[in-house]
Amino acid sequence: MSHRLPQGGRLVNRDAPVGFTFDSKRMQGLEGDTLASALLANGQGIVNRSYKYHRPRGILASGPEEPNALVGLGQGKRFEPDQRATTTELFDGLSAMSQNAWPSLGFDAMAVNQWFASMMPAGFYYKTFIWPRSFWMHIYEPVIREAAASGLPPKEEDCDTYEHFHAFVDLLIVGGGIAGLQAALTAGKSGATVMLVEQAAHWGGRAPVDGAEIEGQPAEVWINETLQTLGTMKNVRLRTRCMGAGVYDHGYALAYERLTDHAPEAEGPRHRLWKIRARQIVTATGAIERPLSFAGNDLPGVMLASAVRDYVVNFGVAPGHRTVIVTNNDDAYRTALTLIDAGLEVPVVIDVRDRVNSPLAREVSRRGVAVETGAAVMKVKGKKGVEGVMLCRANGTGGAGAPVECDSVAMSGGWSPVVHLWSHCGGKLTWSDENAHFHPDPNRAPTGAEGEVFVRTAGIASGAMGTGSVLQDASAAGAAAARAAGFTAKSAAARAADAEEAPMKPVWVMPEQALPELRSKMFLDFQNDVKVSDVQLAAQEGYESVELTKRYTTLGMANDQGKLSNINGLAILAGSLGAEIPQVGTTTFRPPYQPISFGSIAGEARGEIFQPLRRTPMHEWHEANGAYWEPVGHWRRPYCYQQPGETIEQAVQREVRTTRASLGLLDASTLGKLVVKGPDAGRFLDMLYTNKMSTLKPGRCRYGLMCNENGFLSDDGVVARIDEDTFLCHTTSGGADRIHGWMEDWLQCEWWDWKVYVANVTEQCGQIAVVGPNARKVLERLGGMDVSRQALPFMGWADGELAGTPVRIYRISFSGELSYEIAVPAGRARALWDKLFAAGVEFGATAYGTEALHIMRAEKGFIMIGDETDGTVIPQDLGLDWAISKKKDDYLGKRAQQRSFMTSPDRWKLVGLETLDGSVLPDGAYALGEGDNANGQRNTIGRVTSSYHSPTLGRGIAMGLVKHGPDRMGEVIRFGKTDGGTIEAKIVSPVFYDPDGEKQDV
Amino acid sequence: MRRYSAFAIAREALRHHTGWNRAWRSRDPKKHYKVIVIGAGGHGLATAYYLGKNYGIRDIAVLEKGWLGGGNTGRNTTIIRSNYLQDPSAAIYEKSRSLYETFSQDVNYNAMFSPRGVLMLAQTHHEVRGYQRTAHANALQGVETEFVGPERVKEIVPIINIDGPRYPVLGALWQPRGGTARHDAVAWGYARACSGMGMDIIQKCEVTGVRSDGGTVTGVTTTKGDIACDKLAIVVAGHSGHLAGMAGFRLPIESVALQALVSEPIKPCMDCVVMANTVHGYMSQSDKGEMVIGGGADGYNNYTQRGSFHHVEETVRALVETFPMISRLKMMRQWGGIVDMTGDRSPIISKTPLGNTFINCGWGTGGFKSIPGSGWAMAELVAKGEPGPLAAEFGLDRFREGRFIDESVAAGVAH
Amino acid sequence: MLILQCPYCGIQCDETELAPGGQAHLKRHGPGSSDEDFEAYLFDRDNPMGVHFERWRHANGCGKWFLAARCTTTLEVFGTYSAQTTEPPAEIADRIRARRPNWEGRT
Repeated sequence: MSHRLPQGGRLVNRDAPVGFTFDSKRMQGLEGDTLASALLANGQGIVNRSYKYHRPRGILASGPEEPNALVGLGQGKRFEPDQRATTTELFDGLSAMSQNAWPSLGFDAMAVNQWFASMMPAGFYYKTFIWPRSFWMHIYEPVIREAAASGLPPKEEDCDTYEHFHAFVDLLIVGGGIAGLQAALTAGKSGATVMLVEQAAHWGGRAPVDGAEIEGQPAEVWINETLQTLGTMKNVRLRTRCMGAGVYDHGYALAYERLTDHAPEAEGPRHRLWKIRARQIVTATGAIERPLSFAGNDLPGVMLASAVRDYVVNFGVAPGHRTVIVTNNDDAYRTALTLIDAGLEVPVVIDVRDRVNSPLAREVSRRGVAVETGAAVMKVKGKKGVEGVMLCRANGTGGAGAPVECDSVAMSGGWSPVVHLWSHCGGKLTWSDENAHFHPDPNRAPTGAEGEVFVRTAGIASGAMGTGSVLQDASAAGAAAARAAGFTAKSAAARAADAEEAPMKPVWVMPEQALPELRSKMFLDFQNDVKVSDVQLAAQEGYESVELTKRYTTLGMANDQGKLSNINGLAILAGSLGAEIPQVGTTTFRPPYQPISFGSIAGEARGEIFQPLRRTPMHEWHEANGAYWEPVGHWRRPYCYQQPGETIEQAVQREVRTTRASLGLLDASTLGKLVVKGPDAGRFLDMLYTNKMSTLKPGRCRYGLMCNENGFLSDDGVVARIDEDTFLCHTTSGGADRIHGWMEDWLQCEWWDWKVYVANVTEQCGQIAVVGPNARKVLERLGGMDVSRQALPFMGWADGELAGTPVRIYRISFSGELSYEIAVPAGRARALWDKLFAAGVEFGATAYGTEALHIMRAEKGFIMIGDETDGTVIPQDLGLDWAISKKKDDYLGKRAQQRSFMTSPDRWKLVGLETLDGSVLPDGAYALGEGDNANGQRNTIGRVTSSYHSPTLGRGIAMGLVKHGPDRMGEVIRFGKTDGGTIEAKIVSPVFYDPDGEKQDV
Repeated sequence: MRRYSAFAIAREALRHHTGWNRAWRSRDPKKHYKVIVIGAGGHGLATAYYLGKNYGIRDIAVLEKGWLGGGNTGRNTTIIRSNYLQDPSAAIYEKSRSLYETFSQDVNYNAMFSPRGVLMLAQTHHEVRGYQRTAHANALQGVETEFVGPERVKEIVPIINIDGPRYPVLGALWQPRGGTARHDAVAWGYARACSGMGMDIIQKCEVTGVRSDGGTVTGVTTTKGDIACDKLAIVVAGHSGHLAGMAGFRLPIESVALQALVSEPIKPCMDCVVMANTVHGYMSQSDKGEMVIGGGADGYNNYTQRGSFHHVEETVRALVETFPMISRLKMMRQWGGIVDMTGDRSPIISKTPLGNTFINCGWGTGGFKSIPGSGWAMAELVAKGEPGPLAAEFGLDRFREGRFIDESVAAGVAH
Repeated sequence: MLILQCPYCGIQCDETELAPGGQAHLKRHGPGSSDEDFEAYLFDRDNPMGVHFERWRHANGCGKWFLAARCTTTLEVFGTYSAQTTEPPAEIADRIRARRPNWEGRT
């Protein structure tokens, strides 16, 4: 029997068939269908199996709240689990797979779980699977993990792209139903910039389906006119397929736009994440209908009454041909009328209310439909679909029940406003006895940076239930928000009447006195298989807070995050505790409203542009010359340059040997360079560095150490005095921004009356270290300035020209060799580098990377920030007392270094270490002390801080921190290896190469 | 207290589970207790549990202003590991991890401790050296870890991309017996066991003042009246500063928001925990199938239990880069917890200036993994009045002396 | 996602432009200070549930440090002001008192 009705379907195009597959079965739908409506049209009753019991499940809803119809969509690089069939627009070639059934939906082997359902009440897994201990990890857990969840993980890398947009608006209005449109219209007229977003592909929301009339015409007319008007307003931006996802502090909001989900082959990004700053946010997010709790309410064919109406009106699809309506309110009578108008049968309306006398009910009766009041569904009959219901009295235990044959059930338990966005940033709720729902409490709204209310609700989201009230409320919200954003706005709502409806009657269990057998078949959370009996058990066992109940039963923790189950569940909990619902309260609503793709959150930042890349002027040269990269902050530095056939180790050793023997060039551009200038610059640097910088003479350089206020070494580098008022401070590569910030901190927040200015010129200068015995010769080949020992002595600097390029040369050495560090305007650095190389050919010049740099400094016993220091090391530990001024009253860190733990003679101190056999000590190894400490850990007396094979010395060298180390020269101590073995090493001076410093000072 | 077992469930199934008792008793406070523990989170309950189990002290009330386990115990990413660098940290976290191994059997409540392994990725050479150092330290501390190469990383976590263009994986510190547990169940299991020993767990009971006489605590005032005690243990994480204020002392603590998020659940695709500190993200898969992701902490004081989206963005970006297959998964829920950060980012288990009053706080981002060890050490401190070896280094006095326990010195900063 | 106004360049800064710097109005204690004072200077931090004075740097902007008065439970900002002050300006204190009548002032 076809479920597509002969006519109707305001959203589908009957002339445009669309082919798709479900579980590899070919099916046909219409343009404008959702996957859900197309499946229903094809008579696909079962669309999934439930999580725990593998019960057959059908489509329950028509919107994002759908808990059952989650499918695996697409294939390969476009496969995606857990797509809601109800919000998936149908396109040609769509392929969907059901998720939790094996071998098939119709026959699922795991459905045997249902037989054991009574063994699997809430939290059963906390009470069992305890013994034997090893079984959890190896047997129980793998089985449970395999059984849990339903979506399959994607196997291939996503081929789509994503992007971020930023928007700054006066008003963000979320929800494009009549409330959102009305709010936008009112606010738009004030001149405020408005962004109106709607999650679906269509405007107008439920009103056209519900037969609302506005300004005396069908709602659709008003909707279209309003859209036209809004379209002409330059200050109003409209987006469909764009969901308000989250509201954060200070007016920050996320909107999630699905650009090509409905047309995967289209050009451009798949999703766009809008990061919006709004002065005011209006949530016109409508309401979600609640299911009713009766036994078998989860069978395929039981559907929300509003969803039944949606499928008939929007898509011309009949979920069933004979539909029983069960309700506690008037709205479901609209479904009855819709079905009758479509020529479908409604055998009975089952209404829990004792008396119903409202226009809607009278109209249904007038059409010849039996209305049973004070009645309830005792249970639904059927195995894989609805075959009938048992009718009973609403109070009592249900008794035997009277059968009514039907193939579908439309249920309505009342409506809950969508309060998620209101709640994300702290908006509070209040309970309405009249409508048995929580709605936003305008007196406890989310507040923004100024303490002002910044989220307002409009329409049903406020709890306003009739069309007229909705429009009034929405217009008022739009006007209030516009005024709060600084505009003059007046509320002017479209005219509409509120339908006359009889009061609803909250009912949480059907029938009221249902016995456990029925209660254990009443589903609250359909996807997680949480039943009325589970929540009652949680209360019985003392999990009384709503948060505990949720966590114990998993109520509301599935993909729909409780959109359907929340109120029903806490009503059951309140009933069990004998408390009022508002006292029990709700769980916290967290962003996002509906799940959003990780791809969209990551945005464009993938692969090479994952993070910004800082490049030195020589970057491309490195790339072309075999650089093996090392990330250093956002920089990338060559670790070494591999020549064809060379391993990394071989390359490093060659670079060291060549440099020591003749000539090496290092791109030192990443080194931090800070200009510190002003009459108080010397005084300032005296505070920042442990040694005295104010006594440095212009033209000279001095190595300096910086500590934090805890006394720990934080950075080091060479300071050059440029003139009386000006210093150039070098920092480590990773430290430039941090140290610049540090200097600014002290200058702005502590010594703000000192006359000093700091500029970070790191990227303005390229810097090239020319290193090795032939360094001077190669500079002389280029010519332009006197680089002799007399003109430019060790630890001096000079301005001049090299091969026509303006340079500043520092005679400093981090390798122990004759060394010139040449600073050059960044734009000319590459050219100079090339010239140096050309001139260096005759000396066999090599470029060297960071590892050769490290080895050469270690051979010289120079410390490296981050190697010898780790944030707990003070300069005194490193034997750097010579760089700590005794004459200064104060420097940053001095007071801290006077604390008892810092002055202890037992602190580990820097030494050199040599293995007895010349091998390389394992980096990071600890020196063994005697015995264990009170916690059973081996006592240690030191550790290796750097360890290399020295090509210069042909053996392993290491530096380390050892207790009483400098007093123990020549002693052999043992280091632990990770395999439990030990290795011996002799304590030696940390300076392995050229201890008298003759080579650098030539 | 009736034992939980499969047989008990089968028996109850026959009568529709109407025979289950409360997991913990509910009652109004007595006038006096030997020990009052403020805070019924994991740490507070564990303190009470080990006071009872190890020292036979059962005249205990655990006071909770909200609901049991409602703070960070139920808001974290459930990672359990002990591959710390510094001896005091490694000792207490390893004690904790080993207690987790037998937790379910000890308290007869399945907390699903799953020693599935923790991988901490090294993506810079600096990190490689840092983790090699940690591996050396762990070998001497009795913590089983190993530095593994990128191929082994790929073997352990097939969904990882080890060849990312910006931060290729150079290796990892692997702790095979690290893992995860079901966080709520840890609190519930302890609560049930404490109740079984006769202790009172009193929820919705907010402490509004600390009473003392001559520099020694005498009791607390609460929203459920005055309660006297001989000893007081303050174990309230993010609210420690607030409680310390009532007790008349200050703490080196700042409270900030730390964020976490989960994806929609999917079938198993990742069997261990992966932490990537260079790019700031970590991820595991819960038994329910959600990818559980930890994000960054705000750098400013914040009590709102929500945080800024840019941290989520940074974390997810890092993880999409590390695990490209998650791009088409969806974030289902994000939330924040308030963590208490000390001056050296290590915890405080200490005597206080007020006599017979003890504090346990400052676990920062490392709270969940330390619950049993922290409770064990705190119980010893409360029972004996002096710290045992596990707590000895975590005293408040260390800040004055400059005796830091700084874990950020290893490459891995996040907990 | 906070917004704070930089008092130097007048820009409404998104949190991502800013670097937080901890508690404001700390008095530095250097050599010669007592152990207590020095410990308090380094570690003893205000951690109120309510009004908090703190340092921010407009790091990805003008680079200036400034101070802010902010509520840690609602994130309401009472104002931002110059870092070159030793205590909050009167107008900031007045604004706080207007919105938080129970505020007891800086402790």
